[in-house]
Amino acid sequence: MRSSVIVFPGSNCDRDIAVALEKMQFKNQMVWHKETKLPKTDLIVIPGGFSYGDYLRSGAIAGKSLIIDEVIKAAAAGCLVLGICNGFQILTETGLLKGTLLRNKNLKFINKDVNLIVRNNKTKFTSKYKLNQILRINIAHNEGNYFTNPQHLEKLKKENLIAFKYCDEKGDINKDSNPNGAMENIAGIFNDKKNILGMMPHPERMIDNTISNSDGVNLFSSLIS
Amino acid sequence: MKITDKIIKNHGLNLEEYKRIQKLLKRNPNLLELGIFSAMWNEHCSYKSSRIHLKKLPTKNKHVIQGPGENAGVIDIGDNDAIVFKIESHNHPSYIEPYQGAATGVGGILRDVFTMGARPIALLNSIHFGSPEHPKTKSLLNGVVAGIGGYGNCIGIPTVAGETKFNETYNENILVNAMAVGHVKKNKIFYSQAKGLNKSVVYVGSKTGRDGIHGASMASAEFDENSEEKKPTVQVGDPFTEKLLLEACLELMKDDSIISIQDMGAAGLTSSSVEMASKGSLGIELELDKVPCREENMTPYEMMLSESQERMLIILEDNKEKEARKIFEKWDLDFVIIGKTNNSKNLTLKFNGEIKGEIPIDALASEAPVYDRKWIKKKLPKNKFDLKKLKKIKLEDALIKILSSPNHSNKSWITDQYDQMVMCDTAKRSGADAAIIRIHNKDKAIAVSVDSSANYCKSHPITGGKQIVCENWRNIISVGAKPIAITNCLNFGNPENKEVMGEFAECIDGIKEACEFLNYPIVSGNVSFYNGTNKKNIFPTPVIGGVGLIKKLTKPLDHSFKQEKSEIILIGKTFGHLGQSCFLKENYSLVEGTPPEINLTNEKNNGEMVLKLINENLVNSVHDVSNGGLIISLCEMSMVNRIGVKVEKPKNLRNLFEYFFGEDQGRYVLEIDNQQISKVEKILKLNNIYYEKIGHTQKKYFEIDGELKVDINDLFKINNNWYNSY
Repeated sequence: MRSSVIVFPGSNCDRDIAVALEKMQFKNQMVWHKETKLPKTDLIVIPGGFSYGDYLRSGAIAGKSLIIDEVIKAAAAGCLVLGICNGFQILTETGLLKGTLLRNKNLKFINKDVNLIVRNNKTKFTSKYKLNQILRINIAHNEGNYFTNPQHLEKLKKENLIAFKYCDEKGDINKDSNPNGAMENIAGIFNDKKNILGMMPHPERMIDNTISNSDGVNLFSSLIS
Repeated sequence: MKITDKIIKNHGLNLEEYKRIQKLLKRNPNLLELGIFSAMWNEHCSYKSSRIHLKKLPTKNKHVIQGPGENAGVIDIGDNDAIVFKIESHNHPSYIEPYQGAATGVGGILRDVFTMGARPIALLNSIHFGSPEHPKTKSLLNGVVAGIGGYGNCIGIPTVAGETKFNETYNENILVNAMAVGHVKKNKIFYSQAKGLNKSVVYVGSKTGRDGIHGASMASAEFDENSEEKKPTVQVGDPFTEKLLLEACLELMKDDSIISIQDMGAAGLTSSSVEMASKGSLGIELELDKVPCREENMTPYEMMLSESQERMLIILEDNKEKEARKIFEKWDLDFVIIGKTNNSKNLTLKFNGEIKGEIPIDALASEAPVYDRKWIKKKLPKNKFDLKKLKKIKLEDALIKILSSPNHSNKSWITDQYDQMVMCDTAKRSGADAAIIRIHNKDKAIAVSVDSSANYCKSHPITGGKQIVCENWRNIISVGAKPIAITNCLNFGNPENKEVMGEFAECIDGIKEACEFLNYPIVSGNVSFYNGTNKKNIFPTPVIGGVGLIKKLTKPLDHSFKQEKSEIILIGKTFGHLGQSCFLKENYSLVEGTPPEINLTNEKNNGEMVLKLINENLVNSVHDVSNGGLIISLCEMSMVNRIGVKVEKPKNLRNLFEYFFGEDQGRYVLEIDNQQISKVEKILKLNNIYYEKIGHTQKKYFEIDGELKVDINDLFKINNNWYNSY
């Protein structure tokens, strides 16, 4: 399986995701943002970081870059697209995913391991997880407070387009287990066709027990199977 | 323009120094030249008051590749891997503008590390604030923490360890020290020494603006009531540009285009060009019209003294310009040849075709003044307090008082604002005795920690100096790493004050003695004098940043109890020393007496023994005993995984408070699986190491037999309350 990681100036999780993809046996390529053509690929990853310094609005400038047109075309043709953290923010800026990521409710950057519950495991991204499985994954962001309009929220729920929600260690989804104020504790969502996943938590940080844990591994093994 | 006494004074120079300039130039300097002298001769850049004392410090062991004098120190960790590291202060700017001051402190120290060819892999910080009740403290704390996070998070280097302390001595002058650690291949280290004639001097990075002009001079003077007016001298950071500069520099460093490279830090273009030329015994000619400027009509004076951030100066090999330019253009950064090296040994500054200034390099560097300032010795104070005469308190109340105090409360409010995991090699994050960073793609790792003890240093500088080195050494050992070398940031008051200078000289003596004994040399560092306002000097606050090596990282070790029914042993003797303890401070508001004595032989033997036990896989967890004594160490070990402990009272107990809150040095608490305890005891006895079996881990309760029994969850709550309600 081939993967492409898009690198913007200011991306800083590009190496981390490349390491994870290669560890999981993807044939990975890095794609510089000034490229106008994507290599042949089965998965496009937009990594975390501070593309263009998050100046203007996080993800806004990257969302207008040259390569993004190609990503939009590939996504329309069914290519899998994964946006993590800043990648998720960029995907909302391009319109590939709806809604937006607002400033964290406490107005501070938050880095910590949080609990997530898997809300849909019948997708190419999550098939190796159990439904309602609780994962412990690291988050690191200023703007992770997901917000969308009521109609879209209804649709997300009805069509099972919510991938992950923040929860406590028992799986309870409540205010106390919501780190950033995201609507209904949403941590990650799919598009209608479920070929695009945007998520704030960093699965690539959880693939090695020496460093953290291996709760992120199954996201990649779902993709490759 | 005529150089008046007022102009000289405004440049932070005294009349003696001005006479020296006239003598060296054999004429009067013009304003540009005066500005350059002031930038190079101020305390921050010239180390004029500290130099003769710093010379005493040990700087070598078999690991050291580069000691002090370069952008950062370098140590060898085997297999062609080397670690580059340094700590630096950004105290004055951070007090005036906390966010930008702290952020640019981080940016500056990162450049020192990647200038040497290393990819930065970890950031640490030591931040000291005034009393929490002081009206400025809250906003300074918020601003500094946000600034440190803002820079490190954006550039994508994990901030993995640090210390935050409150003490009214910093009410008017906070401390912000940042340390960066990088990894480089041993055969790809870059230095700042210029070589070769007629080589291109290249300016890369951000454009030059009017920010930070005279920043280094500001950091070389005391604050007064007008300090707020110095806000324009604080630089503004742009971590995004620094990320581009980092990647561009590392890309260019892959081949051998660079002869030498130097970041434009304090005193910007002036110090970078002078240092490169001075080290290479060369001259440098700059055409200032070519300097990329952010603002219009900038004068040579402004360009030479600007401290705009995210800039580098490179001396490039012949015929490499095209390739090098391509790299910087790819990263959308300026790349301009602004001068050439020559054999004149002068710094020559041209603007619009005219020579605007010409100064012998030696006059700026090696001929800079060096002072042997007057200093006085500090007498060992007496322990005046009498425990028996102090108001009686309960053990539990004393414990709670410390655990809930600002200095001992859990700091996750701070550390959650730092990305600690980016780069995916952080095996132990903040909260451990030392952070553990794996070397990328290898199974070895380094441990890093920063430490200071201002109260100890104030009370008795020699002992305090020794103590911080030892405490740092213990922290590195407690995560299973062999201590290799350190960097230091020496934060002191006004060196023209005999008492302050004495504190400095004697802290150095203490540091020296401990470093030599422990074979723990100093490879880089920074001196920050003039920390104080209106003649009130801060407590002497040397900060030690240590690096240790873990040859094979399998299971990263920390201080959290792992299971119930383990044996707990305490290595090292407990005498019950309460002078300068946080027991006295938090419970009686007493800052009195002597710091605990340091026995370097015990320190070394105990530390090496703990490391041996760790390496033989005989311990579940380790924690050093420091501020707050044994009881605080045990609490900290309990709180992480909420595993309790039951401690027996020792048989020959003189005083309960002395035993549990005493801050005697050279001690470690070890959790040993009960299957291993006999083996461990045998080793300890065989090696004549003093130890006590003090209890065992248990479910849920923190218990001292017959004295105290508290639910761990309650302690956890008490320990986690302060920051969130501040």
